[in-house]
Amino acid sequence: MDSSAPLVLVRDLHYRYEDGTIALDGVNFTLEQGETVALLGPNGSGKTTFVLQLNGVLCGTGTITVCGLELTKQTLPQIRSKVGMLFQDSDEQLFMPTVLEDVAFGLLNQGSSQEQAVEKAKSALEGAGIGQLWNRAPYHLSAGEKRLVALAGVLAMEPEILVFDEPTTFLDPPAERKLLQLLRSLPQAKLIVTHNVHLAQQLATRAVFFEKGKLVANGSVEEIARRFEWSYSDLPADLRYSAQRRF
Amino acid sequence: MHHVLLDRWSQGASPLHRIEARAKILTLLVFLMVLASTPPDAALVLVTDAVLLVAASLIARLPVLPILLRSLVVLPFSLTFALMSWLAGEPMRGLGLVEKSYLAAFGALLLAATTPMSSLLGGLAKLGAPRLLIFVAQFLYRYLFVISEQAQHMRLAAACRQGNAGARRAFGFRGAAGALAVLFARSYNRAEGIYRAMLARGFSGRFSILHHTRFGMRDAAFLVGVSLFLILARLG
Repeated sequence: MDSSAPLVLVRDLHYRYEDGTIALDGVNFTLEQGETVALLGPNGSGKTTFVLQLNGVLCGTGTITVCGLELTKQTLPQIRSKVGMLFQDSDEQLFMPTVLEDVAFGLLNQGSSQEQAVEKAKSALEGAGIGQLWNRAPYHLSAGEKRLVALAGVLAMEPEILVFDEPTTFLDPPAERKLLQLLRSLPQAKLIVTHNVHLAQQLATRAVFFEKGKLVANGSVEEIARRFEWSYSDLPADLRYSAQRRF
Repeated sequence: MHHVLLDRWSQGASPLHRIEARAKILTLLVFLMVLASTPPDAALVLVTDAVLLVAASLIARLPVLPILLRSLVVLPFSLTFALMSWLAGEPMRGLGLVEKSYLAAFGALLLAATTPMSSLLGGLAKLGAPRLLIFVAQFLYRYLFVISEQAQHMRLAAACRQGNAGARRAFGFRGAAGALAVLFARSYNRAEGIYRAMLARGFSGRFSILHHTRFGMRDAAFLVGVSLFLILARLG
């Protein structure tokens, strides 16, 4: 793949849910190498639906090219190895009986041998700072630990692009800080679906804004947050303090 | 519901907990076959089996009384058939049915109480049980915690809005049925979410299972030793 070519190229993407709701309406988007882009927008604006298209979990009409490969049925396994996705609810992502088996799930699907899968899974857990949890059952973990295990499961597959859907939901401030540090240290290009402008400011080099299934704006996080009044600094002073305490 | 009792028991570190799952599953299988072939009037064999199970519980450092009580769960079923045998003029057969089903439940409970669910399912998979069955059991067990927690939250939310006994009565059956429907819908949504998460990590319809335990000499010795004891007790 040409090193200057975009990692993700989306053209005229449309998606309609089975009940007829239009979720994406002609979205065009580009993710360059090394970029971290925050996807902002109200609930139901199409952000999550959009990222689920990038590795073919949902399939709309339009063209999607990932790392130079056009998304088709044939390229799906390769693309799923290149796009790692961290879901909003870790309980949905951690379905295997133990942490090690869960982290190895994607590796075995990629065709790794049993020994390679164990080795890589343990190494990914160490990398996330949770090597000691390998034999635990996911339902015994805290929300922060679950999120890190889910992240280890994604990183073990060595993806080129990372997609995070509301990565800090359900996390307490120390867990949020730990995750933030870890995310910042990852070299991959990232897409972050979030309502958390503070998180976007910390991680993203650019932001886009979704509204009613359309990508309506593109710019710096500050610019987008100001333009769409998407920040707690726009709240009246008496409300601002309690809202900012979240961070 | 963060911990169920059985799950906590299975996390122990006794010699019985350390035996590989396959050895325990196969031993249980031998035990069930021996039990099934024991005549109802062979009281000594049944007592020996019971003593063996109690001794195993003690070795596993499990609380014997709660296990004995939990094993009673099969009695409503076996008692029904025992009653029918008794009415048909075969009281001994009925009694044997009750004794055997109770001991079988005790043995199965002991296996579950000394083997974490992940190892148990892994052991079954390695013994050739159908993968789909294993995964259904695994998902059921995994999400039982999540769904029951969700149900508890819903119950708490409903209780917070009831206020007094009158309102509680009004909520009653209709409310419970509605809550169940909501729980079902949420579980369905969650199942879709899980499937998406599986697809995102390259799932293509074939389940792969990680084998990371080994069947050693100690496990083989356990299997052979206990099985021989059971068979000799039955024959002797």
